[in-house]
Amino acid sequence: MIEQLAQQAMAVPGEAWTTKELFVLPNEYIYWSIQIVMYPFMTGLVAGAFVLSSLYHVFGVQRLRDIARFSLVFSFALLPVAMMPLLLHLQQPLRGINVLMTPHFTSAISAFGIVFLTYGSIVASELWFVYRRHFVLTVRELAARKERSGFAGFRLLFFKILTLGAMDISPAALDKDHQACKIMAAIGIPVACFLHGYAGFIFGSVKANALWMTPLMPVIFICSAIVSGIALCILSYVVIQAIRRLRARREMTARPAGAGGAPAVEGLQEATRQEVMLVSNYLLYFMIAAISLEILDLIFRGYTQVKSWDILRQVIMERDFTKIFILQYGIGNLLPFVMMILPGRTVRRTAAASCLVLFGVFMMRWNVVIGGQAFSLSFAGFMDYHLPIIPHNIETFKEGLFGALLVIITPFVLFYFINKIMPAFLKEEAH
Amino acid sequence: MKNHVWRPLSVALALVAAILLFRYFYVPKDFGSGKYGFMYSYHRQADEEQWKNMPVRYQNTGGQQMHESCRECHAEEVAGRTKELHGIIACEDCHGPARNHPDDPETLPVDRGRDLCLRCHTSLSYITSDRKRIPGIDAKEHNPGSECVECHNPHNPRLEDMQR
Amino acid sequence: MNRRDFLKGTIVVIAGAAVPLSSLEFFDPCEVLAVNPGIHWAFLVDTYKCVGCGFCVKACKLENDVPLEAKVTRTWVERYVYTRDGHQYVDSPDGALQGFPEPRIDMGLGEFKEIEPDNVGKAFFVPKLCNHCDTPPCTQVCPVGATYKNDEGVVLVDRSWCIGCGYCIMACPYGARYFHPVYKVADKCTLCYHRITKGLPPACVEACPFGARKICNIQDSNDPVTRLILSERVGILKEEFGTRPQAFYIGLTAEVR
Repeated sequence: MIEQLAQQAMAVPGEAWTTKELFVLPNEYIYWSIQIVMYPFMTGLVAGAFVLSSLYHVFGVQRLRDIARFSLVFSFALLPVAMMPLLLHLQQPLRGINVLMTPHFTSAISAFGIVFLTYGSIVASELWFVYRRHFVLTVRELAARKERSGFAGFRLLFFKILTLGAMDISPAALDKDHQACKIMAAIGIPVACFLHGYAGFIFGSVKANALWMTPLMPVIFICSAIVSGIALCILSYVVIQAIRRLRARREMTARPAGAGGAPAVEGLQEATRQEVMLVSNYLLYFMIAAISLEILDLIFRGYTQVKSWDILRQVIMERDFTKIFILQYGIGNLLPFVMMILPGRTVRRTAAASCLVLFGVFMMRWNVVIGGQAFSLSFAGFMDYHLPIIPHNIETFKEGLFGALLVIITPFVLFYFINKIMPAFLKEEAH
Repeated sequence: MKNHVWRPLSVALALVAAILLFRYFYVPKDFGSGKYGFMYSYHRQADEEQWKNMPVRYQNTGGQQMHESCRECHAEEVAGRTKELHGIIACEDCHGPARNHPDDPETLPVDRGRDLCLRCHTSLSYITSDRKRIPGIDAKEHNPGSECVECHNPHNPRLEDMQR
Repeated sequence: MNRRDFLKGTIVVIAGAAVPLSSLEFFDPCEVLAVNPGIHWAFLVDTYKCVGCGFCVKACKLENDVPLEAKVTRTWVERYVYTRDGHQYVDSPDGALQGFPEPRIDMGLGEFKEIEPDNVGKAFFVPKLCNHCDTPPCTQVCPVGATYKNDEGVVLVDRSWCIGCGYCIMACPYGARYFHPVYKVADKCTLCYHRITKGLPPACVEACPFGARKICNIQDSNDPVTRLILSERVGILKEEFGTRPQAFYIGLTAEVR
């Protein structure tokens, strides 16, 4: 038993899920595993959701009003989760603060803390401008109550803090909010792209890695980020609207006389349909951009055939063929593309296609991160990654299936709570 | 401030100030760049001292100081070594790092296993390397199961001097 | 070198020679250079002399507290075997911690390749270690300044500041870095910094019975090893990465990567 423990202690990080074939250097393992796949995936969702919301705020696409507000709140819920995989991945998570304390700016990762916080403040302040009126109204409503329970008292205090003392909701003040919101959204787009583009830079700048090193990497990452963000927004929006419709219908049957408060079912359905159709067009444009860049990269490598092509060809065309060409390009890109351009597109079909797109982007992250480590620095051997499913210890939990699931579930849990404070589906005159 | 629009900014500035204040106390004062500039040598200077103070285990019984420090007590073994054969191998290669021997540890291990000898004496027909000059055996055929030291004297492996 | 430095150096040599433990009867450059500010450490590997015994790997692990059973190592030895029928095989079982006790080649996944002795054309061993590059990509990418090249040219890791992100491991083209199984931070060859600063050779250099591994101050043209680097036809590994390695190799072929 003690020996076993000692052996476990001697296990090198990465050893548990790596198998080596032919000649692989002794220190090589798949050090960057599922959490580093999750990291660009999650930041991509954040950036994409934000860009979608900006379409309304900056470019004034009026029809996107509802989905824009939803995706803004959702991107705020996703924000902490972009950091989570990194913290789960670190061998010394408690020292994560060092990135902010002694940033070494020649490293792509060092900007993380700063860009992340900047971006976080931009999203937060944009949300503040959008929801200030709601905060103030809530405060007034709570303050007007004669008797308050303990919880209501707490809520009153909380919302008072949230208003930051700005209680003026005259049309002039709200107009200022609206202007500020527009400016924040405009600043937010480049910052969101930077947040994600530099995630691509983290990989693209590793000169030791033949698969990662390409200047196209940040651009590819941004495009696929927007694709995945929009896809997730469509999917969640459709699901949430369906739930709301169901509730409304139930309420209507319960109280046939007057469905006070609940939106009219038919109107909701039509509004959702229009928004989804419009947004899915954007999804298509960005998909075309992302795939063209990826294919361009692949063609270029094959055509120039530099030293690394021999081993890359074996990885791309043989060992990872299923993952790249069938799962990523086939099921994740081509199939949803066809589904969306075929005539008679419905909301349900678009949602299904979005689901596949999300899977495709996830596979793209997987194939980049894991695929980049599937061959040895010696160019004479291969490594295989085996995702730990049943966790044996904290490491195989963090860097295993359950760690990844934890990261996936968290934004939805966060969204649930944030939605209590800043309702994403507020029915009122909005900006 | 007159305009409420700036309030989030003041919150953000307060946050930055808090981080900078925390940073002031958190970061060691000797953090800085060295000769190779910010790109390659940004670090906590005291760390170099920490590496310098790592304990020395191998007490330099190889190379040109060959066996000097061992001779004081183990003169017989050192004298018995053939200069051109195993005399080139540092005592600590086979007996392990001396650390503070004879105080700690009091005795060094004597490894009698075949694996130790097979490091060099597995027959490998590599004519383009110096390995070719070392006599080699096929471990599966050359007296399997017995220890090399039963027949060979590791300090003086000369076959002529071998005691049968 | 001015007179003052020369005198300082001479005094150190005399003082060093007077210490009984390391009673030196010859000129040891390391002793002098321990106090010389103009130090830039470099490493020389003679692949002709290496026989693949793996004593260097063992000594390195014991000297530097890298657990013997952990499947990572600061230095390792690779075996290259070219057969007459045109195949090339490389392996490094366990980093050659036990040397190469078997003639067959380790192909990974528990498979081995037997090679007929008659079929062996060219075969040799290549010891590897951190190259202590002059433009190290690993220190460039550290997000927190936990790994650095110090003024003497040695690339070190600050174990109390490293966050364990693994970016340096990814950035090293030589696979010289890994996560330490006990300290859970990035770890690598330090050129035995605690030894070379005391005038001792690194553990691997001391352990090599054949003189295949050597260390020198490349700024001191009187150092015999420096002279070797300057006069022999030495190569470096993966020069295409622009890392300017400070580990030099005698007897490289194009296939050594």
